Amino acid sequence: MIVADRKPLTEILTMIEAQEKILIVGCKGCVTVCNTGGLKEVEILASSLGIARKKENRPLTIDTTIIERQCDNEYVEQLRDKVNDYDAVLSMACGVGPQFLSEAYPGQKFYPAVNTTFYGGAVAHGIWEERCAGCGTCIIHDFEGLCPIARCAKSLLHGPCGGSSQTKCEINPDTQCIWDHIVARKMELGKLEDLMKVRELRDWRSARDGGPRQSIREELTQ
Amino acid sequence: MRLNYPSEVKVLQVPCTGRVDILHLLKAIEDGADGVYVAGCLEGECHFLTGNIKTKKKVIYVKKILEEIGMNPDRVEMYNLSSAQGGRFAEIAHEMTEKIHKLGPTPIKK
Ligand code: SF4
Ligand code: SF4
Repeated sequence: MIVADRKPLTEILTMIEAQEKILIVGCKGCVTVCNTGGLKEVEILASSLGIARKKENRPLTIDTTIIERQCDNEYVEQLRDKVNDYDAVLSMACGVGPQFLSEAYPGQKFYPAVNTTFYGGAVAHGIWEERCAGCGTCIIHDFEGLCPIARCAKSLLHGPCGGSSQTKCEINPDTQCIWDHIVARKMELGKLEDLMKVRELRDWRSARDGGPRQSIREELTQ
Repeated sequence: MRLNYPSEVKVLQVPCTGRVDILHLLKAIEDGADGVYVAGCLEGECHFLTGNIKTKKKVIYVKKILEEIGMNPDRVEMYNLSSAQGGRFAEIAHEMTEKIHKLGPTPIKK
């Protein structure tokens, strides 16, 4: 899923400083699963902002709603009858949400209430970790299911680098060196020689380096 | 045992401390309560194992929110006691009310 974290309340309060009536829109997709922008978090944000503004004696009228997915125009359309009744709209979806909303309703101002961080999953209750960088050419089968693109700070294809120390990455003593993990896994499986293979230069154009990407599925287009 | 506790304390019963939600605490503050506290079972003695530990984390989270928006986080508190400690219940009620009296009324207008 796409993982996000709520922006600091002070940042959100600054965004809506001049507003008197806002709508907060949640998303039932990834941000619900990572407990950032689901119904519960929408209500918590509304209450927090409500308290902050009441405290300043400048009460804010806040309505809340949630749609199935903000990255889908079919659902974005469901906001049409109310979206323009507000001074501004806070989106709690990943960065895709407020962009789809802005495109659909050019007359309204949309603010992102979350910082979108990575593609990952929950490794324990309340802890999410990055697993994929959307590089466009998946190669994890060569590394026993461990992604060196997203999980190595340098995206090395022939690791580890000299900074790997006692299973940790040089960037942070709490960050696992994925290359240490890859080597350990290959040794465990008796497949260390796999790593002797020199890989060809990678074409990074399939990743973000090639500019914004599009996925066209002719069989589905109308 | 006829123990007195301050009349401004309003008791809301829940089946387990774990039922207390972040939103319950926030809404109380938003609606103008001067303070809110959760009286849960002693740690390690929750009938549902971890209800009190979970809510302790929710209380800490609400404190963080209050801090972020410039409100005194001491207005929200968590206490642990056993259901057999009636005396302690009254004592906590006094302790919390005293603390809130020192903080003064909430800056939130109802
Ligand atoms: S190799 Fe690329 S697509 Fe595969 S998991 Fe890693 S970043 Fe994602
Ligand atoms: S220490 Fe490991 S994870 Fe960190 S940059 Fe080097 S190879 Fe990559």
